[in-house]
This record gives sequence, C-alpha cells and structure tokens, in this order.
Amino acid sequence: MTTETPTPALSTTKLTVGSNKPVGPRTRVAAGVINLVTAVLGIMFLVPLLWVVFAAFNSQAGLKLEWPGSNFSLDNFRAILTPETTYRPMWNGLVLCVGSTVIAIAVATLAAYPLSRFNTRYKRPFLLTILFSTGLPITAIMVPVYGLFVQLNLIDTISGTVAFMATTALPMSIFLMKNFMDGVPLTLEEAAWTDGANSMQTLRHIVLPLMWPGMSVVTIFTFIGMWGNFFIPFILLLSPDRLPASVSIFTFFGQYGSVQWGQLAAYSILYTLPVVILYVLLSRRLGGAFNFGGALKG
Amino acid sequence: MATITRPNPGTPGGPELRRRTHPISVDIARALPLTPAVLLLLVFLAGPILWCIYAAFTNTALTGAGSGNTQFVGLDNFRAAFSSDTFRNSVVLTLVFTFLSAVVGQNLLGLGLALLQKRSAKAVRTLVGITVIGAWVIPEVVAGYVWYAFLAKDGTLNEILGTLGLGQNWLYTLPIIAVSLANVWRGTAFSMLVYNAALSEIPQEIEEAAEMDGATGWRRLRWVTVPMIKRTVTTNLMLITLQTLSVFGLIYTMTRGGPGTKSQTLPLYMYEQAFSFSQIGYGTAIALVLLAVGGVFSIIYMRLLRED
Repeated sequence: MTTETPTPALSTTKLTVGSNKPVGPRTRVAAGVINLVTAVLGIMFLVPLLWVVFAAFNSQAGLKLEWPGSNFSLDNFRAILTPETTYRPMWNGLVLCVGSTVIAIAVATLAAYPLSRFNTRYKRPFLLTILFSTGLPITAIMVPVYGLFVQLNLIDTISGTVAFMATTALPMSIFLMKNFMDGVPLTLEEAAWTDGANSMQTLRHIVLPLMWPGMSVVTIFTFIGMWGNFFIPFILLLSPDRLPASVSIFTFFGQYGSVQWGQLAAYSILYTLPVVILYVLLSRRLGGAFNFGGALKG
Repeated sequence: MATITRPNPGTPGGPELRRRTHPISVDIARALPLTPAVLLLLVFLAGPILWCIYAAFTNTALTGAGSGNTQFVGLDNFRAAFSSDTFRNSVVLTLVFTFLSAVVGQNLLGLGLALLQKRSAKAVRTLVGITVIGAWVIPEVVAGYVWYAFLAKDGTLNEILGTLGLGQNWLYTLPIIAVSLANVWRGTAFSMLVYNAALSEIPQEIEEAAEMDGATGWRRLRWVTVPMIKRTVTTNLMLITLQTLSVFGLIYTMTRGGPGTKSQTLPLYMYEQAFSFSQIGYGTAIALVLLAVGGVFSIIYMRLLRED
C-alpha cells in the first residue's frame, strides 16, 4: 500500500470529447454509428426501469410495460400511504441507516486519523487487515452473526442491527476516509501542534473542515449502501413492526394473496426516491462523475 | 546533486525513510482513536468469522440431533457438502453467475460503455450515463422486482418478443441467465465509472500518436488503450467478483433460487440450509467455503494493489 500521490477519490474529471480535426464524411459516419450504439445500449438499460414508473401510475397495472393512458391515477400511491405499509417501514429504515451511518463515519474518522498522520508499528498490519476485510463476503458471516445475536440477546433489536450494519461498512469507510485525509497537508497541523493543540483538536478544527467533500462522499455512500441493504435486517430483525423498507417491500404483499403490481411499483418508487435524491445532490455538488480511480489505487 | 528532502510523515510515501525514534508508549497513545473501530470489528466481524471456523466442524442445529448436545464432527460437514449434488450444483451456479454477470457482463459492457461514451455526443453520453447509473442506484430488491416484471411470463420482454413467437417464462426456462442479466443491468454502472475515470487519465497525445502511426479502431484499443488501463481492469475485475460472490437479495427476489435449485447460488444454499432447515453447523461450513473463496480473492486483490 504505497500511494505516491494520495489522490482524493473524486475529482471533476473532464471527459475528452475528441479532437478538433477537420471532420470528413467517414468520421461523421463513424460518429453516427457510435452515437447510435451508445443510445441503443442506453435504451436497453431504460426499458426494464420504465415498468416501475408506468405501473405506479396505472390503476390496472400488470407485469408488462404499458402506458397508463386512461388508467392513469394516483390510486396506487393513495393505497400504500398508510402507517403499516409505508410510513413505518420508511421510518425504521431511516432509523437503521442514520444510526449505522453516524456510528460508521464517527468511528472511521477517528480510526483514519492516526493511520493517516502517524507512522507506527501497528499501522501497516492494521491497514492490511482492513483491506483484507473489504473483500470478505458479509453474506457468508450472516449465519454466525445470527448465532451471536441469539447468544447476546440482540436478535430483533434495532441497536444490535445498527451496530452490526455499522461494522460491515467500517473497512471500506476507514479505507476511503484515510485516503481523503492523506490529501490534507500536514503543515497546517504542525503549526497548531506547536501552539499546543492536541491531535483531536487539530482533527476537529483543521483536518475535518478541509476534507468535508471526501467525508460527504463516504457518508452518502455508506447511507445508500445501508438503505438498500436487504440481507442483514432480513436475518436479524423479526417483528413486522421493526422491519425497514428494504425488507417490508419483500414481505408485505404476500399477505393479500394476489400481488398488486401497481402498488408494488408505487412503493418501489417511494423507497428508491431518497437514494436518488442523495445521489443527485452529491454528484451535482461535487462535480459530476465520481472518480473511483483514486480510491481504487489504494 | 544534493537535494535535501524533508520526510513528510503524513503521507504514506514517507514512512520508510523515517527512523522510528519514539517509544512504544507513544504508539499506544496514538492508537487510542482506533479503539472503537477495533472493538466493533472484533465483536461483529472477527468474532463471527472465528465462530464460523469453529461451528463448521460441529453438528450445531436448531432442531434434531445437534440441537441438544453440540459435538465435534470433524470434516463431516465438508464431506457431506462435497458429496451432495445440491452443493456441487450451487458451486457451479455461483461460478456461472459470477463469470457471466461480473467477468463478462459488467466488466466488458462497462468498458464498452466507457469507450463509447468517450466518443459519443454530449447529449447521448449524459442520458446514457444517467440511465445506467440509475439502474445502479436503485436498491437491490427493487432491481429484483423490476427484472421479475421484465422477464415474467406476462412481462415486458415477452410482450416485445410475442410477435415473433419466442415468448416463454424466462425465469423458469433460463433462471441462472435471467438473474445474471439482472445483475449485469444493476452492476455495470460501477465498472463504467471506474473505466471512465481510467480512460480520462490516458494522455491524449498517446492516442493521437497511435492514430498518426495508422493504428485504427480495434488495433488502437488492443495495443494502446487496454495496456494502459490494465491495472484498472484487474482491480475492477477483483472488486466486482467479490461483490457478485455475495449477491443474495437480487436472486432471492427474482427466483428464490428456483425453480427447484436451478438458480440456487452458494449464498442462497447457505441460507436454505441454515435458516429453512436449521442445520447451522452445515450452513456454517458452506459459509466457510464462501468466506475462504472471498479470502483468496481478497489476498490476490491486496497483492495486485501492492505491486506498484
């Protein structure tokens, strides 16, 4: 793990649009073909997605993609906007995600500081362990975690689930947070240290204000990951009134026998909306494309 | 030429240059902010992994013989697994799923999209980018339902193919292909973004020079572009392989591993054994296999990262 230039994991990369050469007919045909192929691929990605949007506004929605037309209505949304169906699962999801994200970010920030600032004996083995754990399939440890939660009496508790979800996000957040922190020059801190500030003070007043873009990236990624997580709450939470949106979407249609596809689509939209909004806010504020290049270089 | 370089202890470039002069107590003091992270990781990550290693060699179960007195059964769980057709079927399906959806699908399609986007018109590039990222951003379970609706017997694909007489229930006839396609759809954005970043870092002079020398199209791609992003390709392959190995929600929503066991990858098999059949010991043995596979990939990944 030797990053020569600690690249911040995102930057406002401008995509090259091609050179300003004189355009001949052959180049123009090639450009047309490229645009056409790209657009066709885009449409192939779009078609499955359109079903959710159309079905949500169609009172007679089935499984096939069809324009709502005369069946256009908001009935599906009206039907699902009840405490049991929508509000409670959304609230539960929010509690789980905010809780685990706050813990993960706070713990990761603290952990990243000594890893970024000092050279000590534990640093290398610790970072290698963290890097190793980012690759472990969390799915595989759900059986023992279930066992552990039964032993510790944590099964079906929000606090236990939050703690575990935070832990699953830790390796990646520590790793990213350290990379972002490496981008903050040390000289500013050295001045503060000379004035008698301790490391936690410099972390709070000097380092964190300078790396907020990086921190918000890690925070929002963690949150989005939690919001979409299905398997962890599916295993660790049992009572229907504690289930978050990711799990209840899977279970609550079963009780009515036949599936109301229009309502499922409407619910999917409401459940997806927060993530999309967060993503749009993030990508707009931080300048378009995320550049994973830096984060992947290690 | 004597240059005086002051080692910068803050950047990872510096550590090897610097002698450690401080006593161990300083190390301990500096490690204090790590404590919460270490505690959480020990209790909820290292703990379960250790328990996994232990329980895989026992007959722990919620019902039946192993529920009262847990006993060591040695390698019985693994022997049972490797001689079980269902387990071998899951291993094969996991390999197929990972190969089709990650190695071929997400990786090649992501690279292709990144290359196409680089040369396409701005409007096309933006719209396609938004759509592909849109598929990536939506939660796993929703993606599962979207693809259920798309591939079901009276779903969208059959509506399109209906006129050609090709309609069939894809989730029953080709379940593993169906879930792989859904995973390609969902995961390609990640590879696309990674390759977008890598391609934008290639200096334009190099591509132009290759063009001047008469290298066009495929040859430029094969001999100039791909070699320059080789490192990104391996890193990306490793990451998406690791992600794909543990996909559960998507497959569970679409097919629940069925029909029969035709789309039952290792995570779903593990879930069924441990939670539906209450065979915790056996389920943990499967989990250990999965963990070991992930561990091996993880080590290769670390090696790759350390190379340069």
